[in-house]
Amino acid sequence: MKGAVKALERNLMKGNEALAEAAIRAGCKCFFGYPITPQTELAAYMAKRMNKAGGVFLQAESEIAAINMVLGAASTGVRAMTSSSSPGLSLKSEGISYIAGSDVPAVIINVQRGGPGLGGIQPSQADYWQATKALGHGDFHLLVFAPASVQEMVDMVVRAFDKADEYRMPAMILADGLLGQMMEPVSFPEIKANCVDKSSWAADGHKGKRAHHIINSLYLKPDELEKSVSDRFARYDVIKSKETDAELYLTEDCDILLCAFGATARVVKSAVNEARAQGIKAGLFRPKTLWPFPVKEINEAAKSAKKLLSVEMSMGQMIDDIKLAINCSKPVEFYGRTGGVIPTPAEVLAEIKKVGGAE
Amino acid sequence: MAKMTVITERCKGCGLCATACPKKIVELQKEKRNKKGYFYAICTDDAACIGCAMCAMMCPDCAIKVEK
Amino acid sequence: MSVVFERPKSLLDVTFHYCPGCTHGIVHRLVAEVMDEMGIEGDTIGVCPVGCSVMAYDYFGCDMIEAPHGRAPAVATGVKRTNPDKFVFTYQGDGDLAAIGTAETVHVATRGENIVVIFINNTIYGMTGGQMAPTTLPGQVTQTTPFGRDPQLAGYPVRVCEMLSTLTGTAYAHRVAVDSVPHIRDAKKAIRKAFETQKAKKGFSIIEVLSTCPTNWGLTPTEALKRLQDEMIPYYPLGVYKDTTSEEGEK
Repeated sequence: MKGAVKALERNLMKGNEALAEAAIRAGCKCFFGYPITPQTELAAYMAKRMNKAGGVFLQAESEIAAINMVLGAASTGVRAMTSSSSPGLSLKSEGISYIAGSDVPAVIINVQRGGPGLGGIQPSQADYWQATKALGHGDFHLLVFAPASVQEMVDMVVRAFDKADEYRMPAMILADGLLGQMMEPVSFPEIKANCVDKSSWAADGHKGKRAHHIINSLYLKPDELEKSVSDRFARYDVIKSKETDAELYLTEDCDILLCAFGATARVVKSAVNEARAQGIKAGLFRPKTLWPFPVKEINEAAKSAKKLLSVEMSMGQMIDDIKLAINCSKPVEFYGRTGGVIPTPAEVLAEIKKVGGAE
Repeated sequence: MAKMTVITERCKGCGLCATACPKKIVELQKEKRNKKGYFYAICTDDAACIGCAMCAMMCPDCAIKVEK
Repeated sequence: MSVVFERPKSLLDVTFHYCPGCTHGIVHRLVAEVMDEMGIEGDTIGVCPVGCSVMAYDYFGCDMIEAPHGRAPAVATGVKRTNPDKFVFTYQGDGDLAAIGTAETVHVATRGENIVVIFINNTIYGMTGGQMAPTTLPGQVTQTTPFGRDPQLAGYPVRVCEMLSTLTGTAYAHRVAVDSVPHIRDAKKAIRKAFETQKAKKGFSIIEVLSTCPTNWGLTPTEALKRLQDEMIPYYPLGVYKDTTSEEGEK
């Protein structure tokens, strides 16, 4: 395995494949998936590499089965992952809720495409609400990471595994078809082996040496269920204070603060550069974690701004979190394209001028 | 010499043990209830018990112990 | 005197929540007896369904995982693939296995997944209060077939062992019943053979156990046994439907 690892240093890779390679290096021992465009290269890469790396690749009969295979494997303390694209995530939502309710760590990839329904196969960010608010029934959250480059696909999946283990919860990489399909130079950092001790809860056979472990999300007594949820939310508070991450670009003196995540942020960065070249003080706030949302960071970025402009590949979803984060203290405008249409820097620049960045 | 013992607090009074007993010496008595309110099963003739454990095998609640 | 019968060690000393006369308890005990006899409790991971036996995790002494409704075979697949040296079983009812989880059931079998499925067929949904199951017999009255199951309206019952025995991946499919001591002895032997099949890496086993639900059938426990014998066994004949375990090699 070491040889294959070395050969891949600083390589030109597709986002989906780079993410898969990084997951294997991060100690992912099993991948359960189901084909769906535009994430299929990820599963195909796993099929080629996973067995050689001593792990398990299995194509499940459905997205539902795949996420439940993840639940089973992860319940025994093994690092487990599944990937899909938007419609598939709807199917996985049942299992994700059980994973969260059972306090089992797992990593889930969503290479988003347009929706609703069967939608399209071009890039989209319209699953923001699903990922950050309601990926399944009940009171729970996932850690949601939003990469904006192939390199970040690599870095964030490693972090997702570590944080999922640390907090015993599902973590998601919310990518999109653009990031999944595009090729960029990427390097793989030296990744330390998983050293999280799961022996206090993993259901991997007690060998007669301990009481049996139960992985479960059923609490029939309301006060017991309330306690289990409250304990989880206490952990969420720790996560909110420790795990937020964002990029702030040219924000110190900005009049207009653009907000964008993932692939859209790259388009917006070009527009911000062009605006600056034209004398408009524009800045960019790019959340790298969508849950927890970087509240402190956006307030820092928005200090000098008179207006904010959220740019998304959707009809406007993250804009809700932006308004909440700044407590609606400043006007927040929106520009978005949806259905698989990718906004251009020129469009975004025009929007910057339209909403008053030029004043 | 054999003996069946009903763990009375486990018994739910379903009577399946009685249907299985080849000697017809297991029955649900109708006088004493356990804490859950079930009339529990008893052996009516200890001397006749052959220790075949068929009552215990039929019991859905593991409420019968058999010695021989 | 020595003890000739008592609670198996792999069945924890907890009172079942099941209704009086419900045969889940018998099947739990048989599985636990097999774990005791093979000495595998510490190397076994069980997967519970959703339904009356959802809380089986409180009863079995081995490590347990509670799966979403119908997904136990997928959860068990995840466990077994990453822990091939462990024993893995699911314990599922008819609604869980043959309605909402049909896809998982068929595919775990066709993959020849080296696990044991214990399938409780009592022709009704117990936990939710007695609705039609995929195995409800034609004419059977349930909460959702108040005039009896009409195949014209609600289709026909699923015969699971027959269906799964058509799949190459299935190594051992056996339908048993727990209505009498001789049948209970047969059921125990079948469950033991299924776990031995897993030990020998021979592939997928399913033991379908015809069981009762006195409460939702509206019968006494003894009347329920009679219904099982008179109505269920003729529709769901007992016996071995497939057995390739004597074939050479591992699967």
